Amino acid sequence: MNFDFSEEQVMLRDSVARFIKEDYAFETRCSAVASQEGMSRETWQTFADLGWLSVPFAEEHGGFGGGAVDTMLVMEEFGKGLLAEPYLATVLLFGGLIQKGGSQAQREAHIPKIIDGSRLGAFAYLERQSRFEMADVMTSAVKEGDHYRLNGEKVVVFNGGNADYLVVSARTSGEQSDTQGVSLFLVPADIAGVSLLSYSMMDGQQVANLTFEDVQVPAADLVGNLGEASALIESVVMEANLGLAAEAVGIMGELNAKTLEYTKTREQFGVAIGSFQALQHRMVETFMAYEQTKSLLYRAVCALSNGDEDAAPVIHALKVMIDRAGKLVFGEAIQMHGGMGLTDDLDIGHYAKRLMMINTTFGNGDYHLGKFNALRYARTD
Amino acid sequence: MDTSFATEDLAFRDEVRAFFAEAYDEELQGRLADLSTYKEAVIDWQRRLYNKGWVAAGWPVEHGGTGWNSTQKFIYETERAAAGIPDVIPFGLAMVGHVIYTFGNEEQKARFLPRILNSDDWWCQGYSEPGSGSDLASLKTSAVVDGDDYIVNGAKIWTSYAQHADWIFCLVRTSTEGKKQEGISFLLIDMTTPGINVKPIATIDDHHSLNEVEFADVRVPIANRIGEQDKGWTYAKALLAHERTNIAGVADSKRSLGQVRTFAKKEINGGVALIDDPVFQSRLSSIDIDLMALEYTELRVLAAVSAGGAPGAESSLLKIKGTEVQQAIQELQMEVAGYYQGLLVDDLSVEQLGHSFGRAARQSYMYGRAATIYGGSNEVQKNIIAKAVLGL
Repeated sequence: MNFDFSEEQVMLRDSVARFIKEDYAFETRCSAVASQEGMSRETWQTFADLGWLSVPFAEEHGGFGGGAVDTMLVMEEFGKGLLAEPYLATVLLFGGLIQKGGSQAQREAHIPKIIDGSRLGAFAYLERQSRFEMADVMTSAVKEGDHYRLNGEKVVVFNGGNADYLVVSARTSGEQSDTQGVSLFLVPADIAGVSLLSYSMMDGQQVANLTFEDVQVPAADLVGNLGEASALIESVVMEANLGLAAEAVGIMGELNAKTLEYTKTREQFGVAIGSFQALQHRMVETFMAYEQTKSLLYRAVCALSNGDEDAAPVIHALKVMIDRAGKLVFGEAIQMHGGMGLTDDLDIGHYAKRLMMINTTFGNGDYHLGKFNALRYARTD
Repeated sequence: MDTSFATEDLAFRDEVRAFFAEAYDEELQGRLADLSTYKEAVIDWQRRLYNKGWVAAGWPVEHGGTGWNSTQKFIYETERAAAGIPDVIPFGLAMVGHVIYTFGNEEQKARFLPRILNSDDWWCQGYSEPGSGSDLASLKTSAVVDGDDYIVNGAKIWTSYAQHADWIFCLVRTSTEGKKQEGISFLLIDMTTPGINVKPIATIDDHHSLNEVEFADVRVPIANRIGEQDKGWTYAKALLAHERTNIAGVADSKRSLGQVRTFAKKEINGGVALIDDPVFQSRLSSIDIDLMALEYTELRVLAAVSAGGAPGAESSLLKIKGTEVQQAIQELQMEVAGYYQGLLVDDLSVEQLGHSFGRAARQSYMYGRAATIYGGSNEVQKNIIAKAVLGL
């Protein structure tokens, strides 16, 4: 039993950490967010050059062949830097779906291009009515000869405006919320019949609403088995949730460190405010919340790596804890920074907003608590 | 990063399981549950562990310990709690034993350690005093040299199971010069010495465990002092920092949470079992999730310790979160018991009362309030983390 990282993993983590520290200042991040695309293509190319876009992919496609631990290490460092670039959308979601569910031809066509930085992707799953239920899909795909005809709308598609290719979920059979009957299609973003509305979210990420009107998708661009995408989506989202949780842990650690530093230097009534026991005990609470969240993240990563059957409840538990601990940590960070905590100039509020978006992505804490309950208290007697 | 068990770990787990299944028999369990036979039953059980070589999990091998690594300790604790077996009484085996083999002289080691291992002596701890609780170093019980003896005067309080004890290890004041931590000595005192008076303290859990121990001109041989005079604080601190693998009580809390689930299946409200009530489920899950995280926090600390690190402020974190979880579980047990949480401890049987766990739930809830107070209150633990970890 150990919690050590391999030499390769330490090198990977350190290289991301060095980049964030030396080349990704808060101002750099803010100018990327403020740009048309909400990201920096130059930064993205650097990621490709340093090999970070290859982390979760198999070696046969030029990947690093990494596992959950590697993704965790990269995402935690990205969290510290409040990264704006679409690693989740392109590598973990789009890439993850193709790696896990795609045909050999699809993998060969897309994964090397993701790795070399020339292909941005997105996963279009959310619809106006679906909230957190990923099987609630009304977008339809109807088979016509050797094509499928797609009609419907997807909303809040992460990286939807920049993506060269999309993986789109669509219903090929069954009723609106049936788990069965959901299929995935690989669609080039510039295909006829797709219209796009781009906008930004509070955490600076660029998203889009996509409308599909009689879009003709060749049958060969089906990803995975017809009507059986829900299990594939669940498995890829499970790993993406671990990545998001690691990003959240990185953010929480950074918020705690910045707040601690501030209370040591900020003086009121002639002394550093960190000398007040009322604040000290609350900072101990945020420290413990961070450590507990990190422990649950490790537990989830180990469960997934070991192929434990209880990986699913651990990941639901982790999402619950990220939500609760995250709110505690960013709430206290803003409070202890006083009025400055409310300003846009300070990075504290930006970290808070990213944590809030992470909490709601793929279901908030209450949603996952419900899922956890359902698994834990399923009655067999 | 790897938390899977190796083949030899799994074999060890099977061995522990098999031993517990055989040695912790129903007859023994009955005697442990009966107050009139409790003490001899505890001694009986600890001797079974001693004969197996497992009674001193944290001791070095040369003094009769197991030499287990952190994984083996974790497995042992998990299996012990899962089988519903209480931990050994800590005062001798987990506390003074460590002080004696680390700081005692050869004569003291030869005299006391074998008797601790064989549970021949029941120890209790004389730290807190009336008037000095969390501020332990303010203690006033005095020890004045008179020939080959100290004359001890004063009182100790909150002394668990002093009514059973053969020996007490005490912090006493031997000097009032300098800082208050500097004039303290560590004495081992025979409870049968004239001048010692044990007074029971009635507590809200209606179970006699706590006492006040008074010392009136009690003669203690200087030979019973550990280490040097006036250096007792150093030994006491080393004891506090000593690895206490069970400080978070994770394995026991897992079992208690399992019991809550079992009981909640049987409690029916308007035709719906409590375990199926979504509000109750969410409360239970919130505790469950904290405990899942705490188990890994404990493993992280254990792994760091076995890699050569010393547990410092991490044990404060384990203590705070561990006791918070324990109290949250006790609160749920009370709520599952409903009206029966009010049952007093008396001579009525389970059959007469119609309920099996209300009394026990109440006792553990009430006594459980002590967990955030003893061993350095949780507020003191927060002060330690603020200073040692956060640098405030």
